[in-house]
Amino acid sequence: MSSEAKQILTTDGIPLEVSLKKAERKNKIKAFLLVAPLLLFLVITYIFPIGEMFTRSIDDKMITNMLPKTFKEMENWDGQELPPEDVFSAFYYDYKALVEKQEHGKLGQRLNKEKNGFNSTTKRLFRNIKRKKIDESASIKEQMMRVHKNWGKVEYWQAIKRTAPPYTLAKYLKGMDMYFAADGSIAQVDEDRRIHRILWLRTLEIALFVTVFCFLMGYPIAHLLATLPMKYSNLLMICVLLPFWTSLLVRTASWMILLQQQGVVNDFFVMIGLVADDSRPEMMYNKVGTYVAMTQILLPFMVLPLYSVMKTISPSLMRAGKSLGGTPFVAFWKVYFPLTIPGIGAGCLLVFILAIGYYITPALVGGASGTLISNQIAYHMKTTLDWSFASAMGLMLLTGVLVIYWIYNKLVGVDNIKLG
Amino acid sequence: MSKNPEFVKFDKVDKSYDGKVLVVKDLQLDIAEGEFITMLGPSGSGKTTCLMMLAGFETPTHGEILLDGNIISNIPPHKRGIGMVFQNYALFPHMTVYENLAFPLRVRKVEKDEIDKKVDKALSMVSLNGFETRMPAQLSGGQQQRVAVARALVFDPAVVLMDEPLGALDKNLRESMQYEIKHIHESIGVTVVYVTHDQSEALTMSNRIAVFNDGKVQQLSDPAELYEKPVNSFVAEFIGENNTFNGEVIDIDKDKCKVKLANSEILANPISVKSKGEKTTVSLRPERALINPKDKMDNMFTGKIEEVIYHGDHTRVRLNLLGSSEFILKVPNSTSNLELKVSQDINIGWNSLDARALDPK
Repeated sequence: MSSEAKQILTTDGIPLEVSLKKAERKNKIKAFLLVAPLLLFLVITYIFPIGEMFTRSIDDKMITNMLPKTFKEMENWDGQELPPEDVFSAFYYDYKALVEKQEHGKLGQRLNKEKNGFNSTTKRLFRNIKRKKIDESASIKEQMMRVHKNWGKVEYWQAIKRTAPPYTLAKYLKGMDMYFAADGSIAQVDEDRRIHRILWLRTLEIALFVTVFCFLMGYPIAHLLATLPMKYSNLLMICVLLPFWTSLLVRTASWMILLQQQGVVNDFFVMIGLVADDSRPEMMYNKVGTYVAMTQILLPFMVLPLYSVMKTISPSLMRAGKSLGGTPFVAFWKVYFPLTIPGIGAGCLLVFILAIGYYITPALVGGASGTLISNQIAYHMKTTLDWSFASAMGLMLLTGVLVIYWIYNKLVGVDNIKLG
Repeated sequence: MSKNPEFVKFDKVDKSYDGKVLVVKDLQLDIAEGEFITMLGPSGSGKTTCLMMLAGFETPTHGEILLDGNIISNIPPHKRGIGMVFQNYALFPHMTVYENLAFPLRVRKVEKDEIDKKVDKALSMVSLNGFETRMPAQLSGGQQQRVAVARALVFDPAVVLMDEPLGALDKNLRESMQYEIKHIHESIGVTVVYVTHDQSEALTMSNRIAVFNDGKVQQLSDPAELYEKPVNSFVAEFIGENNTFNGEVIDIDKDKCKVKLANSEILANPISVKSKGEKTTVSLRPERALINPKDKMDNMFTGKIEEVIYHGDHTRVRLNLLGSSEFILKVPNSTSNLELKVSQDINIGWNSLDARALDPK
């Protein structure tokens, strides 16, 4: 029997497979059209901005566009000794063009970031061009070296060459307190200026502890919610959700009222004689405030996934564990707890990822020692206007979250997450 | 080895959940060692509550439960050493079959070799060898059921409780599991307390059956006696089929009484009636009434066929008899079958011994 004879035909004589595909195509198109708006929304609001952030974070085209001739000539320069006449003259004409467009100041600032002293060096050149003191028929190299002695130093030309590529990872290095040294190698910034690394570690630490606190408090609440009779569990559920319905800002502000030195909690401590009136502990504008407020705010994100998982665990399983001879603790640890792991995974991941990028609460109650990396990102967005640096740090944060997700997947398995 | 006739003893046990209604009332029940006893009753009759009190998940409001002479009311469930099979099996879904069965042994700190041996033995008892590494979700309902039974038996408990374990299975599987559980009980001689609302399950499996209603044991006896000699009209109604006549006793003798119905009189066996003038419900099993009886019977009447329903192995005939059109007859479908047609008149007879005059309904 040949394989063609085996092919099943419909009553019309069309092969069954073809007919089936045709019948399903309509449904597939319908299904795609249903999700198309969401897909478009995701592309516009998520994938596109992240791509934009990425290009911004590595973009270094400004200087490339300012000195086109210079970089072209520099391709033939080995970068070891002082560049030849061609490079000098190319730079001179590029710079002259910038002077005419009045953009020379930007170049000086940008180059000064690369190497200190560039600002004055270029300004001296600018003044000479204005006064038309440069004789374009003679050697430009020698005249420029006469204008400022820095033009005769190879480090300055190397600094210009380093800015040649249109893309740079410098912002990422800066986010890790590192930079490209003069010879192009990666170097650490001075120890007393390493602020970002401290922030990254503090962000991880706070996110981790907030997750642990949320877990320790959320687990019993979720268990109670899942096992109490309906009328009590509904009330408790409202208590869990009520903060959710209150504005984040209001909640944070109320923590400020509670935790400040003349606040309710401190008053209470003084009243019961726990602390002396003149030595009230500081519970705000430091890590304590951040821990307390963030744990309270993120608690529902731990309770809800745990609750939804615990709700599905039959109470007869614990009974079975006990009737088979397990003490209540053994029955809990060997039977109940393993069954809640999907909820624990979902809750912890949710809280941790939210905590790692948390902004408002640490900004308001964190003070100097309780702020997180997101506050630094906001600072660069709003105050220094170094958006490319902010983008770089934002992407580093995103990468960090993805790495944590990956590790989690390796350890527990994403299939084991259950959000509801 | 003498068997303890009071191995499990419920001594005047009351149970109330809300302080207003008694779910179990003054329960007095002795269960012998090695016995298979079934608590049978409609839902809400208190049978499962009794089981839960025995397992330790509920505490009696009043009274004591004794296991082998010791009061166990204050012993927590995990120290009672009672095996239990739950309604929905309650297998641990994250453990393999082996781990499920090993659980009660591991918590008792049994040696690894010993665990392997016992698990193997328990699995062969329910013919599930080779399923050790399966997860419960990979098993069919019947297989899960067997694992649950094996798990309840693997640590050699003195008593095994079963809470409607076959409720979720289909009819054929349920029947074969009934025999299987019965045979396991016979071969290892463990005391079994079984809860069900299915009377045929109870009749098939049990040594004795306690019929529960309204928090009370209505009758406690072996299956045959329960069926043949129900002591009250609830039991007669609940177990098997039953024709009833409501009437008044007009004459009573030692083993016979005359009951006046709406427009006739029948002879019956006085069970719970004592004197003239009492109201009574007379109960008669359908198979005890014969068509055209050859022998002389003390109740002989003529009825009119209202309906004939073919049931395969027997035919059910509904008659209009003695003013009631709900009288049921069961006629076996043997070769010498009668011609039964609707609106035909037939003669029906039964012995007064089989017509039990019980409490009025």
